[in-house]
Amino acid sequence: MKRIQQSAAAFALLTLAAGGAWAAKADVTIGIQLEPPHLDPTSAAAGAIDQVLYSNVFEGLTRFGPDGSVGPGLAESWEISGDGTTYTFNLRPDVKFHDGTDFEATDVVFSLDRARAEDSQNAQKALFSGIKSVEAADPTTVVVTLNSPQGNFLFNMAWGDAVIVAPESIDDIKGNPVGTGAFRFSEWKRGDSITVVRNADYWGAAPALEQATFKFISEPTAAFSAMMAGDIDAFYSYPAPENLVQFEADPRFTVLAGNTEGETILAINNKMEPFGDVRVRKAVSMAIDRQAIIDGAMFGYGTPIGTHFAPHHPDYVDLTGNAPHDPEAARALLAEAGYPDGFETTLKLPPPSYARRGGEIIAAQLREIGIETEISNLEWAQWLEQVFRGYDYGLTIVSHTEPMDIGIYARPTYYFQYDNPEFQQLISDLSVENDPARRSAMLKEAQRTISEDYVNGFLFQLALTSVVDARLNGIWPDAPTQAVDLTGVSWTE
Amino acid sequence: MLRYTVKRLGSLLASLVVASLVIFACIEVVPGDPASFMLGINAQPDTVAALRDELGLNRPPHERYVAWVSGLVTGDFGTSYTYRSPVSEIVVERLAISLPLAIYALSLTILVAFPVGILAATRRGSLTDISVMATTQLGVAIPNFWFALLMVLVFAVNLRWFSAGGFPGWDAGFLAAVKALTLPAIALALPQASILARVMRSSLLDTLSEDYIRTARAKGLTGRQALRRHALRNALIPVLTIIGLQFSFLLAGAIIIENVFFLPGLGRLVFQAISQRDLIVVESVVMILVFAVIIVNFLVDLAYAWVDPRLRSRA
Repeated sequence: MKRIQQSAAAFALLTLAAGGAWAAKADVTIGIQLEPPHLDPTSAAAGAIDQVLYSNVFEGLTRFGPDGSVGPGLAESWEISGDGTTYTFNLRPDVKFHDGTDFEATDVVFSLDRARAEDSQNAQKALFSGIKSVEAADPTTVVVTLNSPQGNFLFNMAWGDAVIVAPESIDDIKGNPVGTGAFRFSEWKRGDSITVVRNADYWGAAPALEQATFKFISEPTAAFSAMMAGDIDAFYSYPAPENLVQFEADPRFTVLAGNTEGETILAINNKMEPFGDVRVRKAVSMAIDRQAIIDGAMFGYGTPIGTHFAPHHPDYVDLTGNAPHDPEAARALLAEAGYPDGFETTLKLPPPSYARRGGEIIAAQLREIGIETEISNLEWAQWLEQVFRGYDYGLTIVSHTEPMDIGIYARPTYYFQYDNPEFQQLISDLSVENDPARRSAMLKEAQRTISEDYVNGFLFQLALTSVVDARLNGIWPDAPTQAVDLTGVSWTE
Repeated sequence: MLRYTVKRLGSLLASLVVASLVIFACIEVVPGDPASFMLGINAQPDTVAALRDELGLNRPPHERYVAWVSGLVTGDFGTSYTYRSPVSEIVVERLAISLPLAIYALSLTILVAFPVGILAATRRGSLTDISVMATTQLGVAIPNFWFALLMVLVFAVNLRWFSAGGFPGWDAGFLAAVKALTLPAIALALPQASILARVMRSSLLDTLSEDYIRTARAKGLTGRQALRRHALRNALIPVLTIIGLQFSFLLAGAIIIENVFFLPGLGRLVFQAISQRDLIVVESVVMILVFAVIIVNFLVDLAYAWVDPRLRSRA
């Protein structure tokens, strides 16, 4: 009996000690590069909003897992009608918004209707364009009817732009977001940080963290010193790849190198001469030495791509062989197309370092085959105006960070102006195809088509490099969407 | 003194009107649309149009100018396009850092520059003077962001006496807030103190060679008395001018130091607002800065009159 008492006391002491240690380490400070402009993920494109809020504060009907798979979110299951046009979502019961109100089917109706409304300010309104109607059958059942079958509808509903919001919180959502997630919004020190705290009423497994602070540090040297001085515990998407070797060598830190959904491309204005000629585009692609760009501009982080598709996706086809680095052949192609002495064009570079550093290297590589580029560095706002909407460019470098966005090649007015009716047909067939095997075959076909048409110079898949305290677990190494999901993050004892 | 003040006030108002026109015109010609920036490259054209409409960007420029200026007059600085909260609120938050930081840095500047400048001037040609001149030359030459980085490496990364940056807010306690501003204030003060000490020294040397100082000494004042009663006061005019300029610079121009220490100050706000095309914030903050500079100059003008009675009668 005494022994039992003793061990019980010892056990109690142990748990106390453990509890104490937990209490000391239940908060985390995470550095991110950009501050969200506001806190409504459903009305802006800024990735920083999702980084802070996605699946921490706001949740959707479905949600992305760490590997990019789509699983149940606020909908615990669903049935799809035989013709693929009706989705019946069974919502989780007993879910509450952070303001204490119940989450019900009418909230889903409100959120989806708001996103697809005429005056909607949703930056990804296309996600909702196939929806014909959204109805609440009962408090835990929502029926979504589509105009036509849509193979990626569940995927679309996992996006940060499709999260479920509380109707009564809409007027204040930009400064005081009310969601259903494991963390509730606590404080925003504008220009400095955003803090979220654990939601005690969360429907799912309680997170290990009690509090998390996102600190905005865009200056690379400041990010380095903040990490080294211990001001922050992790830096998500660390801005200075040149420091990573130093962090790797330091036992206090772990460097996470993962994938993003960012296909980085040398975009070509397909409607500007001489780029209308496929031989010229092929020559440009063959002038590029992808590995040299990855090494020179990205310090070795990044995976070469030969088409507009993420290499970690199961349907990816390695097409880098379609445009091997071969300046000799590229010059021959240019001569064949009528430009034996090359030509001049513009290379317009937005601010990210992949573009600015990569641009210098690409300009040198193009010079090898006789193409002279006039480089201009643009701010994003200028880039949007001149390149994206004005088509006033020859070449530009951009990373397309949206997941599964090969469909942009089916829009003839999209900024690289690729107009191929067969490809457009393929994408529209794909969008109504539900059979996994056929979808896979069509996706592969789509990748081949744009690769063999040399629409753009396909450079590399952007890597995600984060630096974290070696005792911190659970930060996603990959970025299937722009999110710093905290639900699985914890400290090692 | 009254007529002098009124005249100065009149030119102050005229400057403000001209500044508002220039600022608005500059912002008008900047390319780039705030709505497309906010919605990114996947947005549909109708979404961008809806947002432009809500932001009031479709109204003609003269209407927007009048709306903006009449707002300013009544203290309404408009609503930020990106943050969607009142500009005045955002500016007050930023001023809670930028203003104390500027005052802190300027105080350090004056505390160092005055004694050093006076010491060098009164011991002209001595070893002290030479070393002051050499040190201040170095202080002017060193880029302050480099000095800031050096301090971060030593005091934050190695010694861990300070945070590498950031600002805990005034509600975290006065001492914590002041501590967070200390390294940035020193970094800002270094070149300013060097400049001011040199100005102080040369200005004092000029007045010390004036006839009235010789007269004062001839009347029997000691060197120290002549310095305090006559030389110092006359030497202050150029020094005040520099202090006025320095304060304006510290308030608006600390952006590089704000970046090094990731402080959410006014400079960073303007920079961010420009790149996001949050035009209303840019316009209003620049206007507030213009106002601040004009007020500082006005106060400096008044201070001239205070140290130099001749200026009062001339006006």
